[in-house]
Amino acid sequence: MTAHTELAHTWWRQAHGAWIIVKKNALLYYLKPPVLIFGVLFPVFFFMAFKMGRPIPAQNIVPGMVAMALWFTASAVGPLVTPWERRSRTYERLISTPVSLRAILVGDVISGLIFGACLSVVPILLGLVLTDAYIVEMAKLAGGVVLGAMSFAALGVLLAAPPASSPSNIMLLSNLVRLPLLFVSGIFLPITQMPGWARWIAPISPLSYAGDMIRSGFGQQAYFSPWLSPLMLVAFTALLFWAACVFHRRWRTKGL
Amino acid sequence: MASVIEVCGLAKSFGNVQAVAGVDFDVREGELFGFLGPNGAGKTTTVRMLTGVLDPTEGTAAIEGHDIRTESLLSRAHLGVVPEQANVYLDLSVWRNLMLMAELHGVPHGQRVREGERLLEALDLAGRKGDKARTLSKGLRQRLVLCAALVTDPEILFLDEPTSGLDVVSARLIRQIVRDLNGNGLTVFLTTHNMDEAEEMCSRVAIINQGRIVAIDTPEQLRSAMQSSQYLEAVLAGGQIDAVELEQLPGTLRVSCEGERIHLYTERPGPLAMKVAQLAEAKGLQIIHLCTRKPSLEDVFLYFTSDQVQEPSQ
Repeated sequence: MTAHTELAHTWWRQAHGAWIIVKKNALLYYLKPPVLIFGVLFPVFFFMAFKMGRPIPAQNIVPGMVAMALWFTASAVGPLVTPWERRSRTYERLISTPVSLRAILVGDVISGLIFGACLSVVPILLGLVLTDAYIVEMAKLAGGVVLGAMSFAALGVLLAAPPASSPSNIMLLSNLVRLPLLFVSGIFLPITQMPGWARWIAPISPLSYAGDMIRSGFGQQAYFSPWLSPLMLVAFTALLFWAACVFHRRWRTKGL
Repeated sequence: MASVIEVCGLAKSFGNVQAVAGVDFDVREGELFGFLGPNGAGKTTTVRMLTGVLDPTEGTAAIEGHDIRTESLLSRAHLGVVPEQANVYLDLSVWRNLMLMAELHGVPHGQRVREGERLLEALDLAGRKGDKARTLSKGLRQRLVLCAALVTDPEILFLDEPTSGLDVVSARLIRQIVRDLNGNGLTVFLTTHNMDEAEEMCSRVAIINQGRIVAIDTPEQLRSAMQSSQYLEAVLAGGQIDAVELEQLPGTLRVSCEGERIHLYTERPGPLAMKVAQLAEAKGLQIIHLCTRKPSLEDVFLYFTSDQVQEPSQ
C-alpha cells in the first residue's frame, strides 16, 4: 500500500468513525431532557418574553427567532455528550476504539449541526405561515443556518471539554457563555441600534454573523458585508474546533 | 513465539503519586497472560495505558508492533477491551450496543451481523437481543461487554477483572468462553486478583505490586520457586505425635497444625514423607492421609506482594 492510499484509507476510516458517532448521538442524546429543555424550550420562552406586549411587526422578529433557536439547539448537544459519557463510563470505551479523538469530536459537531439545522426549520415555517415574513435569498438563509449551526455546535463541543462530575455542571457553564452572547449579537435589537459598547462586542460572537445572514435571507438589511459573515462563521468553526481538540485532549483522562 | 505486546519502562504518575513505576514485560502470541496484584498496585492503570485510555508518563509499549504513543490508532485496532465495570450504552438495545462497537472498529456489515448473532447465542443473550441494556442484570451486562469486545474480531483481548462481583453462572460462562477463545489462538491479557481464576486459566502470570513487576513466570514455576513453602500434609489416627518430635525429623523446616491436619514445611517432601510414615508406624498410629503440597498461587502472590519483597524473581 502506498503512502497516499494508506493516508486515504486512514481518512476514510476516521470519517466513517465520525459518522458512527453522529448516529450514536442521534439515537442517544437528541431526546435527552437537558437537550430538549436548553435547546428547544429555552428559545421558545425567550422569544415569548421578548415579543409579549411589544409593538413590533411579527415578521420583523422572525429572523431573530430563527437565529436564536439555532443558537440554542445547535449548541445544546455538544455540552451534553462528553459529560454524559464520562459519567456512564462509555467515554473510556469510545477512546479505546481505533477512532481518533478528533474524529469523535467531528462527530459531535456534526450531531449538533444536524440537530440545530433540522430544528431551525420549525421557526422558519412558523414565521412563513403565521406572519408576513418571506424568504428573499434562500442561499443566504440556508448558508446562515448551516454555517451558524456548525460554529455553534463547535462551541458546544468546546464547552464540553472541562472534566465535570455531572452533565448539569457543563450545561450551567454553557448557559453562562451562551446567554451573554445572545444579548450582544443583534438578536433582540439590530446591531445598528445597540449601544456603542455592545457594537464593539458583537463581532466576537458567531451568532452576530449567523443572525446577519439569516436576516438578509429574509430581505432585511445586513450589518456586515455579505462576504464577511460566512467567512467569519467558517473561521469561528475552525478556531472553536481547534480549541475543542486541544482542551479535550488535555482533559481527556481527567475523572476517568 | 512472537511477542504481541511488548512493554518497556512503562510508567504513569498522577501528580506526586506514581501508579506504575516503569514496568517491563512481554506477552506472546496465543498466550493467556495473567496480570495479578492487590488493589492499587497499578493493574488497571497499566491496562488503560495499553488500551490507549491513558498516556504513559514515561516508557512505551507496542501492540502487534505498533507503538501505543506514535501509532495509537493502529495499536487500538487490534484490541478488544472488557473493563471491570460494564460500560455499555444503557439506552441502546443489546444488538445496537454490539453493532456500534463493530462499526467503530470498521467490521464489515455481513461479518458484524453474523458474528453478533453467533456471540449472542454463545453468551446466552440471544433472547435479550432487542432489550435495552438498562434492563440487564450485572452479569448479563458483563456478558454483553464481552460480546461487544469480541464482535470487533480482536487479536488481543484485555479483560480487567471480568468476573468481579458476578454470579457463579456468569463467571463460569465467561471463563469458559475466554478459555475456548484462547484455545483457538486469541491472545488474552487478564487482570485479576482472583488467584483461583488465574491459576486455572493463565499460562503465565506477572505480579505487580506498588507499580512494579515483582515476579513473572508460569504459575508452576512461581510455585516451585518457593521451595521453602512446600509442605507435607498428614492426618493421623489412634493417638498424637508431639510437634517437637516432628520438628526434629530431618528436613523439617517448621510444623503447623490446622485442626487434625499437620503441615510439615520442607524443601524435600519425598524423604520426609517416608520418615513420617516410619514414625507413625513406630508409635502405632494409623495414617489416614499423607500427601505433598506445593504452595498455591495465592501463597506465591502473598509472598511477592508482602512489603519485604521488592525484587523481581526473574
